[in-house]
Amino acid sequence: MGLSDFKYGDIIHRCFRCGYCKFPANWMDVNNCPAYARYRMETYSCGGRLWLTRAWLMNEIKWTDHLAHILYSCTACKNCELKCPMGFNVDILNMLRAAKGEMVEQGKIPVEARDFLQNIQIHGNPYGKPASRRGDWMGDTQMDKYEGQEYLYYVGCVGSYDTRAQEAAKKLGLLLKRFRVSFGVLGKDEKCDGNEVNNMGEEALFEMLAQDNIALFNRLGVKKIITLSPHSYNAFKNNYPSYGGNFEVIHYTQLLQRLFEGGDLNPAEKTEFRVTYHDPCFLGRWNAEYEAPRKVINSIPGATLVEMERNKENSLCCGGGGGNFCMDLLGGSPDSPARRRVREALETGADTLAVACPKCLTILEDAVKVESLDDKLMVKDIAEIAGEACGIV
Amino acid sequence: MDIIHQGLLDIVGEGHISNQQEELFIYSWDLGTTEPHRPDYVVSPRTPQEISRILELANRHRIPVIPLGGGLSLAGLAVPFRGGIIIDLKRMDTIIEVNEQARYAVMECGVSMGQLTSYLERKFPMLTHSEPGAPPTATVAGNAAIHGQGDLAHPYGFNSDMVNGLEVVLPTGEICRFGACSIGAQWFTQHPLPDVGLFLGWTGTTGIITKISLRLFPCKNIRGTAMFVVDNEDYVPDIYHRISRTQMAEDIIAFSQTIPPYASGLQHFTINLAADSEKELEFKKELIFDDALGEYIRRGDGGYLGFTYGLQHPQISKTADWRKGGGFEYVGGIMPVSCYPQCYRRGKEISDRHDIPYTVLGRCIGAAHAMMFSWTYAFNRADPESVRHAREAMHETDELALELGGAIWKPGLYGQRLVMSRLNPNTLNLMKKIKKLLDPNGIMNPGHWEES
Repeated sequence: MGLSDFKYGDIIHRCFRCGYCKFPANWMDVNNCPAYARYRMETYSCGGRLWLTRAWLMNEIKWTDHLAHILYSCTACKNCELKCPMGFNVDILNMLRAAKGEMVEQGKIPVEARDFLQNIQIHGNPYGKPASRRGDWMGDTQMDKYEGQEYLYYVGCVGSYDTRAQEAAKKLGLLLKRFRVSFGVLGKDEKCDGNEVNNMGEEALFEMLAQDNIALFNRLGVKKIITLSPHSYNAFKNNYPSYGGNFEVIHYTQLLQRLFEGGDLNPAEKTEFRVTYHDPCFLGRWNAEYEAPRKVINSIPGATLVEMERNKENSLCCGGGGGNFCMDLLGGSPDSPARRRVREALETGADTLAVACPKCLTILEDAVKVESLDDKLMVKDIAEIAGEACGIV
Repeated sequence: MDIIHQGLLDIVGEGHISNQQEELFIYSWDLGTTEPHRPDYVVSPRTPQEISRILELANRHRIPVIPLGGGLSLAGLAVPFRGGIIIDLKRMDTIIEVNEQARYAVMECGVSMGQLTSYLERKFPMLTHSEPGAPPTATVAGNAAIHGQGDLAHPYGFNSDMVNGLEVVLPTGEICRFGACSIGAQWFTQHPLPDVGLFLGWTGTTGIITKISLRLFPCKNIRGTAMFVVDNEDYVPDIYHRISRTQMAEDIIAFSQTIPPYASGLQHFTINLAADSEKELEFKKELIFDDALGEYIRRGDGGYLGFTYGLQHPQISKTADWRKGGGFEYVGGIMPVSCYPQCYRRGKEISDRHDIPYTVLGRCIGAAHAMMFSWTYAFNRADPESVRHAREAMHETDELALELGGAIWKPGLYGQRLVMSRLNPNTLNLMKKIKKLLDPNGIMNPGHWEES
């Protein structure tokens, strides 16, 4: 494919590389693009990626592993789109997704991305674990199979397979039961939502996943979906409708907000703790949901919410989007976004870093360990914090 | 791995050096119309000591070194015309000290304007700095090094006039300090010690600035922008003088542009005012708009368009994308304010000749001692003909600035050669001697301030 065949060939040259995309709105830190924060070379900035893509499509540079690494290190966190002052900003991530798509078409993607996609193709999850073990997260708890209840509780790949995220998935299930929410789960029949697949440019695989999931949901009569992961939430809410999948989708923090409004939380023991909240990109910047998680935290007796300086639409991505929670192209350095983020969390004086995304949970917890902050900062999913407040252990 | 690559790797460590095509491509480009030239290596050091070792290595191998800050000069000042090592300085981004009482900030060379602005707003709201109209990625040190100006240019002059001290790595690797800091004192003043001018305006040919102390100024409780308009460019110099005489404005800018059409042909002024109370603000407005400019308003030659509370942070000019082409470049002339009408009319002619919507702006520097007059030319990055027109318009404007009796601000190679062709021969000779003395192997940003 040349530039003339590229869907965004008529606009990709319009990036000036002014660099607003690197900042939060108040300009406090030039490191709000996670890939740029990690590598600090212009190539890894949003503008660098766009200029390189254009040069590649115009045969001014050739494809290399390094070029693919640069493109796939983008986490699709959307900071660039929200901070770019130019009129074409809404298409920045579309351009990068299309560029990755072209690499997919040519079979030239990082080996980590290839493995990620192959595992989803074969096993329905990026870890390459057996589909039959997808329900392991439930452990010995009894979660009803979805059979027409009000909600489908969709757990997602990370909550299903990652041992740390499984705890959050389970806690949320128990919490829903405690509040007598009518819900069921898919267990081993659940399949990847495809949000990362889409952002990695594998359009055909995403389409297949979306169609399979939509067919399954329709066959089971699903109308409403609760998601553990903001990534699932985003795919179901914003991408599935174009494939005919129209469901009422809710992120679990939105449901907890409603449930807790009644003030029914009466923990046996009220524990005082300071908590700071990390906005997940696919709940925050992608779907503008900033308040529900905060309201849930504020409704928990004993919790004092303190904000990091970069929060809400200015939050620093943990570095896990675009498949990077698994590929880890942004890891391995004190400059890795997750390590920067936990240091920032510590600066607030909080003892708990709350998240509302299983990818953020695993990445930030790893970062806490690498930074040797285990005795100062705990990373917990809001589902876990809320569960504990309700006496669910 | 070649010996230079290995040497650089030993200095800056893995991940902070590249000779891969992607970095060489990106760092070959300026954002304006200058043709790209590929470097051989890109490095991003973290300390002055690393820079010192890089320069020692470069001298041993006679390889060019090009320091790069925000890379936003648009004049090709950090294009590696003869290859070599690009030193991306942006990792050195610590704000080291803000002295609230003596009103200065000491910072590393990679600190961006945006970072400093935000830091002061959050931690020292009673202080501010002179923020240029550049995107927030522009670096404080880079801006001072090119004699930039900002939104306090009217009372306090060029940003390079606000330098209290510098730390510089000389081309031969020695780390020097200038200003009071050089005698172990605080970084509060440059004077009365020998001058640091050796490193300002030299386009990185005499050394690499690694730390800078910059003067800060009181930030009043209320800041905002008043607007005024006239329909005759001949009035502008007098208006500059009248406003300046009141000594009430923080910033005075006159501008005119084709788009939007209602603004075309008019001369708009933005006048930044600051006050600690509404009473003070009203007093300043009265002095400027009732007394100084009242005559224009009463005659019907000028109109007060109101006051907006709060200062807009610099936004990249939409000019950059008028042609849906993502490109613009400008010539900044440091001109006598009396030249405004000619700058406007002649600039408009150049724009018309190249079929580029005209955009001109004059920022008052000092008490109308000078203005920075910018002629901006948009181009479509995807259309070589459009780029060529913008480049030619730039060259014509360089010549115009000198013809009208001004100096070219941060000139590119073309402008530098025009300037050198007019320079006092003894001055030119002194410049050559200084460069040769400091940089005996001619490794520093070669091509700049060299005769063709």
